[in-house]
Amino acid sequence: MLRFLIARTGALVAMTLLATLVVFLIANTVPGDPVLAQLGDQAASDPVFVAQWRHEYGLDRPLWERYGIFVVGLLHGDLGRSIHSQRPVLDDVAEYGPATLELASVSFILTLAVGIPLGILAAVKRDTWIDHLARIVSLLGVSSPTFWLAFMLLAVFYGYLQAAPGPGRLDPIGLPPPTVTGAYLIDSVLAGDWDTFRDAAAHMVLPSIVLASATIGLITRTTRASMLESIRQDYVRMGRAKGLKESRVIMRHVLPNALVPVVTLGGLAYANLLTGAVLTETVFSWPGLGRYTFLSAAALDFPAIMAITLLVAITYLVVNLITDISYALLDPRVRQ
Amino acid sequence: MTQPDPVLEVRDLRTWFYTDHGVARAVDGVSFTVNAGESVGIVGESGCGKSVTALSIMRLLEEPARIAGGSIRFRGRDIVDMTPAEFRTLRGAELAMVFQDPMTSLNPVLRIGSQLNEAMTVHGPSAAVAARRGIALLGSMGITSPERAVTSYPHQFSGGMRQRVVLAMGMSNEPALLLADEPTTALDVTIQAQILDLLQALNRDFGTAIMLISHDLGVIATICTRVIVMYAGEIVEQGPTEAVLAHPRHPYTWALLNARPGLDQERGDRRLITVEGTPPDPIAHPPGCRFAPRCPFRQPVCDEHPTLQAVAPDRLARCWLAGENDAPFVRQPRPPRPAVEEIVTAAEPIMEVRGLVKHFRLRGGFLSKPSVVRAVDGIDLTIQRGEIMGVVGESGCGKSTLGRTLMRLYKPDRGSIKFAGQDIANASAAQIRPLRRRLQMVFQNPYASLNPRMTVESILAEPLRFHGLTAGAAATRARVDELLGLVGLGAAARDRYPHEFSGGQRQRISIARALAVEPDFIVADEPISALDVNIQAQIVNLMMDLRERFGLTYLFIAHDLAVVRHICDRVMVLHLGQVAEIAPADDLFTTPLHPYTRYLISAQPALHGPGAGSGRLKLTGEPASAIDPPSGCRFHTRCPIAQPVCAREAPPMRMLRPKHEVACHFAERLG
Ligand code: SF4
Ligand code: SF4
Repeated sequence: MLRFLIARTGALVAMTLLATLVVFLIANTVPGDPVLAQLGDQAASDPVFVAQWRHEYGLDRPLWERYGIFVVGLLHGDLGRSIHSQRPVLDDVAEYGPATLELASVSFILTLAVGIPLGILAAVKRDTWIDHLARIVSLLGVSSPTFWLAFMLLAVFYGYLQAAPGPGRLDPIGLPPPTVTGAYLIDSVLAGDWDTFRDAAAHMVLPSIVLASATIGLITRTTRASMLESIRQDYVRMGRAKGLKESRVIMRHVLPNALVPVVTLGGLAYANLLTGAVLTETVFSWPGLGRYTFLSAAALDFPAIMAITLLVAITYLVVNLITDISYALLDPRVRQ
Repeated sequence: MTQPDPVLEVRDLRTWFYTDHGVARAVDGVSFTVNAGESVGIVGESGCGKSVTALSIMRLLEEPARIAGGSIRFRGRDIVDMTPAEFRTLRGAELAMVFQDPMTSLNPVLRIGSQLNEAMTVHGPSAAVAARRGIALLGSMGITSPERAVTSYPHQFSGGMRQRVVLAMGMSNEPALLLADEPTTALDVTIQAQILDLLQALNRDFGTAIMLISHDLGVIATICTRVIVMYAGEIVEQGPTEAVLAHPRHPYTWALLNARPGLDQERGDRRLITVEGTPPDPIAHPPGCRFAPRCPFRQPVCDEHPTLQAVAPDRLARCWLAGENDAPFVRQPRPPRPAVEEIVTAAEPIMEVRGLVKHFRLRGGFLSKPSVVRAVDGIDLTIQRGEIMGVVGESGCGKSTLGRTLMRLYKPDRGSIKFAGQDIANASAAQIRPLRRRLQMVFQNPYASLNPRMTVESILAEPLRFHGLTAGAAATRARVDELLGLVGLGAAARDRYPHEFSGGQRQRISIARALAVEPDFIVADEPISALDVNIQAQIVNLMMDLRERFGLTYLFIAHDLAVVRHICDRVMVLHLGQVAEIAPADDLFTTPLHPYTRYLISAQPALHGPGAGSGRLKLTGEPASAIDPPSGCRFHTRCPIAQPVCAREAPPMRMLRPKHEVACHFAERLG
């Protein structure tokens, strides 16, 4: 197991380095001139000013040199300076990141907490009304467009029923808890501020449902299919032949095997939740990285784009590593 | 004699599958009794209802199968009417079952120990008691270092070891009855012999009654004192094993016995007795005798359904002719066939192999170095035109690799292969292409080797067109029909797809495909292992016929020694990539010179009653690995007559009898 971990972490480092190169090359070879995007027609037509501006951001140096500077900076935690916000990109990420991380994590927990049990039930009670219900729920989740679902939920629960709070992370008059992690749910608990916790939790409900809707469907369907696959195995029949109760056969012999493919998909789903929140964040005025990314892309803000892309790549790699480890924990054959 | 004490009484059991196409009566009125401490075998071909009977007794049936009628009494209590909770206290405790495939019977993600212990704790004992007993049990099942075994995962064990674990689970609560469904079918003969010995010991030492289900009469004869023969959902014959084997009273039993060549039988006529056709569709059984459509002894009276009647003391048979005399079924004399020696024309080698080596590199992990599987490790072999060369050995001995390397599906690492005088070991793909047509291969699993999306016609026409053997569509079609006729399938098969055929018919199709290109040399890699006994005999007969008609040469790879002896002219015994012994078939089996050959022969289940095999040569231990073969003679880790020199020096190949070569330092001691 230790050897497995070392090997996997080594691979992670190598992949990250590769990712920096790819990100750098993509960002610096795409067509589109940041000068035009940033300076406006007037300033961009003044060659002296443009040269000065390019020099200031290091855009006049050779490509390989810029890559070197980029990597060395990364090692010092320097993601560069955003052209658009005029701040270090790291500061931007620190400001918007936790909001996204919190939303994605809550959605992920919701996905697992609903998707897996629903999938198990659907498989065990195959072809009964429970199975059909699970199918409808997952179908709706996967097929309804995010913004439509977001507007509908807002309209019904906020606008009409007044059962849910409006957009944003807190009520307009609410104050954020003292920053420790940046996740309001955690920080408010740490501060013992239960009012803020309730407020933050209530604001989390609708966006996390919207964000999780598609992944819940996927996880449910995968869990069900994988359960049905593993329920047919000989060792399951063997378990019954030992005299085990059906519930124990399911939980001990079917489920652990059925979860193996679900873990793979779960990792992917989490990475998607983290990186795919643009629409949800926009509709719910959620001050997260999704919106930041959108704005940076629109402004051809290269340092920000590179940093975000890299962050996404690293997120995928780390989630992948975690997936592999869970995989190995679940299946001894992978460990070797 | 004490009064027999039945543990299991099955009365008129009917287990039916309620399918969309109708009701399939898989088990249709089966009655039998198993007495305490008895060993009973149930034999029949696939689909005869033997497994479904066992699953009904364990109440492990799955939709759409249901018990439609009859009773099953276990120790006097009717288990069909028990509530599931009530039955669970018996299942696994007093009544246990082990299944066919040990590779899939264990949960891959749980440790052996916890899987074994739960079989006990669910019926009472505490975890600590179960853990202690589990270790003791594994030890008594012949697992070395059971303390380590309980912390291992299934994938770390070989098939034979896993079946021991599964048997330990079955025996963990000392059941009164153990149902074993084809427990050795997935194993090598050598391992099969060990597992059968173990079952016999369990029966003897614990007094556990055993109900052994198998398609192989030999396996059943090894340990069962009574045998039940099933056909099309019914019992057709029942009686003491020895009596049934000596004088079958039902034509189906007779056919099963004769379809199987005996290992100790001199070869006379090399054709096996077969009954044509396949078992009836369980949705529409014929109204009369269910065996009638295939029965060579059919009479007008057979239009009426025969009852299972006593035909002798302790013996029942379901046949109108069964009662008449002791041996109602006699083999019809057949026109004599040319002996093999006449077919093998002048000694003209078609395949000459020298020093053949084929290794496979296994990719190592991140920190572990890659290992090398020495699959074929220095083989010399000459095959004459028209000869049938048998290759036998345990799995992993390199027999399939040898076959594929001769076909040049693999490129050898070293050594030479001369096919019809041409070197093909180092030939380029382009140089081999014209020879491809003359070298063909038939595989074990005909389904996997036939493209499921192609009709039989296109499967057969493809090689014809590829090699330009027929001119025009009409000629191709005529040739396809001819080929189908050759392998005993009508032209009606032409437009159908592989899945519409039975296993035996698919094997006929793949043989037809091999024949399509008029080959000289055919490698048949376990061509009959996946088939029922009777179908095996049909395919063997077909292969013999084809050889006579077209002068084919076969390399016949198999693990069933009886079949090998029956059809092969010479046999080569492979052990860990090297030749242990090579000799004319009869000489090899009457005078084996290598201890390994002896061991293989004695492991083969034979058609004597149980106990007759007690003089068997017994080896313990698992085969060594071709990744890191033992030094010197590779068999020395298991050899009962090994001497110190065996671990140091590899024995040279020596010719000790005419055409009979052996690689053993001490072969004279066995001669
Ligand atoms: S009853 Fe007739 S058809 Fe049936 S097995 Fe006996 S002889 Fe053959
Ligand atoms: S050479 Fe030695 S170890 Fe090998 S088979 Fe002969 S006696 Fe046994």
